[in-house]
Amino acid sequence: MLRACFPAGPCRSPFAPRRAGGYTAARDSLPPAPVLTALALCLGFLVLLAAAAVPLGRHPRAGLLVHGGCLIAALGFAGIALAALLVGAAPEGLLLPFGPPWAAARIGLDGLSAWFLLLLGLTGAAASLFALGHPPGPPRTLPPFPLFLAGMALTLAATDAFLLLGGFELMSLASWALVAADHEKEENRKAARLYLIFALLAAACLVPAFGLLAGRAGAITFDAMRAAPPEGWRAAAVLVLGLVGAGAKAGLVPLHAWLPLAHPAAPSHVSALMSGAMTKIALYVLARLLLDLCGAAQPSWWGVPLLVAGAFSALLGALRANLEEDAKTLLACSTIENVGLVVLGLGLALAFRGADLGPLAALAAGAALLHALNHGVFKTLLFLVAGAVAHSAGSRRLDRLGGLIHAMPVTAGAALVGAAAAASLPPLSGFASEWLLLQSLLAGWRVGGIGVQVLAAAAAALAAMAAALAAAAMVRLFGLVFLGRPRSPRGAGAREVSAAERAALLLPAGLTVLFGLFPATLLSLAAPALQVLTGPAAQAPARGLWLVAGEAPSGYAPLFIALLLVLALALAWFLVRRRSPATTQRGPVWNCGFIDPPTHLPFGDPLTQPTAGGIAQPLRRMLGQPLLRARESLDMPRPGETRPARYAAGFEDPAGPLLLAPAARLRDRIAVQAEKLRDLTIRRCLSLSFATLVGLLALLAWLESR
Amino acid sequence: MTFGQLPYDVAHLLGGGMLLLSFVLLYQRRIGAVINALALQGAILALAAAWQGFMQGAPQLYLTALIAFGAKAVLIPFALRALLRRFDLHRNVETALGIGPSLVAGVALVALAILVVLPITAGSKAIAREDLALALSVVLLGMLMMITRRNAILQVVGLMTLENGLILAAVGVAGMPLVVELSTAALVMMLLVVGGVFVFQIRERFDTVDTSFLEIHRGERP
Repeated sequence: MLRACFPAGPCRSPFAPRRAGGYTAARDSLPPAPVLTALALCLGFLVLLAAAAVPLGRHPRAGLLVHGGCLIAALGFAGIALAALLVGAAPEGLLLPFGPPWAAARIGLDGLSAWFLLLLGLTGAAASLFALGHPPGPPRTLPPFPLFLAGMALTLAATDAFLLLGGFELMSLASWALVAADHEKEENRKAARLYLIFALLAAACLVPAFGLLAGRAGAITFDAMRAAPPEGWRAAAVLVLGLVGAGAKAGLVPLHAWLPLAHPAAPSHVSALMSGAMTKIALYVLARLLLDLCGAAQPSWWGVPLLVAGAFSALLGALRANLEEDAKTLLACSTIENVGLVVLGLGLALAFRGADLGPLAALAAGAALLHALNHGVFKTLLFLVAGAVAHSAGSRRLDRLGGLIHAMPVTAGAALVGAAAAASLPPLSGFASEWLLLQSLLAGWRVGGIGVQVLAAAAAALAAMAAALAAAAMVRLFGLVFLGRPRSPRGAGAREVSAAERAALLLPAGLTVLFGLFPATLLSLAAPALQVLTGPAAQAPARGLWLVAGEAPSGYAPLFIALLLVLALALAWFLVRRRSPATTQRGPVWNCGFIDPPTHLPFGDPLTQPTAGGIAQPLRRMLGQPLLRARESLDMPRPGETRPARYAAGFEDPAGPLLLAPAARLRDRIAVQAEKLRDLTIRRCLSLSFATLVGLLALLAWLESR
Repeated sequence: MTFGQLPYDVAHLLGGGMLLLSFVLLYQRRIGAVINALALQGAILALAAAWQGFMQGAPQLYLTALIAFGAKAVLIPFALRALLRRFDLHRNVETALGIGPSLVAGVALVALAILVVLPITAGSKAIAREDLALALSVVLLGMLMMITRRNAILQVVGLMTLENGLILAAVGVAGMPLVVELSTAALVMMLLVVGGVFVFQIRERFDTVDTSFLEIHRGERP
């Protein structure tokens, strides 16, 4: 039985009354406890669904049941989050009838977790809907999927460290099972292994981080931790451990090595969810730990590690996205970039808050929150598009696709929306949040201290460069996949995907347009989350339907921009119609001087089209050589030789030789040492246990003497 | 009950005697002398158990004392001597840690045992405290003997000393349940270990059925 804690009288969340624009009226129509009851029911439903998926796995309609159930639960999450943001949930939380041995588990929602729950609901709904229309995968992928969703929701619903870490680990393990689903391939096994190692690293850092906070507070609930913020070395340790732990799960440079491997290995709807929602859950943990639980009194330099990591992630991710030749790997690298941008925003919020610049802190935090939501939605869309293309055209490699806009018009339209948002073009959602982020970066000089000022300026340059590189990567992606002519017979035979999949693509595409047109409304919805992050006086950086950059006199009116764009396009269309001859005339096409394709290539010789490597060439030469160790080699036959010339180009992520290889060497050395234990004689084994006993007794004696 | 009262002094004397014999075990250089000291320690354990039975008015402890005397002071030492005679083992003690350093380590262990036990048991009856400290010292010295001697028989002796210390602790606490059963079970274990050593020695010396043993001698295997 569920027991709800009703507050005395009509409960109004502390966040509810403060609303910008037209949302000032606090609506008390929904009493708060049912929100949490519904959340608990959704969680339980997902767990039951996972349990039911085990015996039903081989039934032909099992996928329908599981993914349909996940769709309902995800929509439920989105509705619950909206209700919690608008009305507020019971601040006392809801006691569940079970939990760890020392106390019953308590779930709750505040502004921050509700905001991320909204993101989870929307992306989860799109991914589940796509999976409904997609042909079913192997049965072993069914049980982990609801558990994955449940783990993420549990992480968000937690009100103490134990539940949060439990949900986080459930999420990691379930997604590991999904990454390893297609384990016949060697590279997938390798990706899953690396993924698990990084998940363990995240846990190994987050558990002591929360432990340090709890040790000082004397309890593991968030309320107790908030009341006893850490100081001195404890605070620094929490900062480092939290950044490494959450960063490893979010894919921050230099802990991003797993991300470009794991995303292509998982099924498409799972990689959409991993990229859209799971990395954001890690960012939620980062924000919760560093901005909320460590208290508001932390100094400005706390933002510096986040700024540095975020800026480098943005740059490296965007650059790699320009060089990758697999659509899903490319999107995964773009995820690294966007995670970097969000972390940049969080770091700026920390720096501003430490310098008592409340409005600017709210601006940076608002940019981070908005970008997290926007990126979650459009990246889900793009991964689903990649899945649709891979299924329909038979490949994810950019060099085997092309011309799909004719065969898959709806998919192409949705992809165009997603790619334009990822390229941060107005009036789509990506532009609004990146505009806010750049505005807050440009205000970075107001934090005292020359170091932070220089860093903020450098970060602004890197972020702008990353945005430009991301735009280039998206142009390359869309152009190679959807424009031009098909590059392979399989690609030429592509068909549009099923109705459910089209709906799954159109849902996030519509949301991307909607979020792009009304970012100010969204931000006022995020006001409770901003108050959690930057203090109770925080105001969303929005006025009416405008976004405003703190106290600076600049603003962004997306509706106005959209109107101007529509007018300009209409004018151009009108002029073209007006100036052109009345009827369309068709004539022979000039084929750029190439000879006609041979008969066995009815769609033209693929070599006459630009390749993925060719488009990447200028950037690889310009930026790839210093940052990614890009290399090229040309093996030219001498005159008279009959062998073909060979050209090879490639690059290597610096995380491999600088982080993974030393870690592997260290592991081998430890393993060699540990192996020696197996050859000990019985006397040495006894000595080991005797030494342990004596050591423990000595510890006991020392503790007693204190 | 404190210093100067007969029950306390006798219990203390017997426990101290066991500890002293543990040190004697550590510094012997001949295996025969080690077995003698072990028999003596078993006899003192039997006396201590009987004394505790008399003092606490617990007749079952007489049974423990009887078992301890029969097995530890008579039976097992005889068996070990027979083993020694029959297989003509080395009569010298082969040490992994020299005699002197072992004694120093033993003194340190006794100090550690006292440092641990006395503060923990502050507030309980004095007799239990001292007894526990002595018993823990005997246990630790037994373990020390097991790891600083290479010979299997001496390791068995160390294990038996360890078990003697446990029984001493068990009989010293008034109202401890299942003392007789515990000591009997420990005794059965000890008998099994001694029997195991016998079997091991026999197999090693005469009765091996493993032909790979021959390969070494024929030069087929290094």
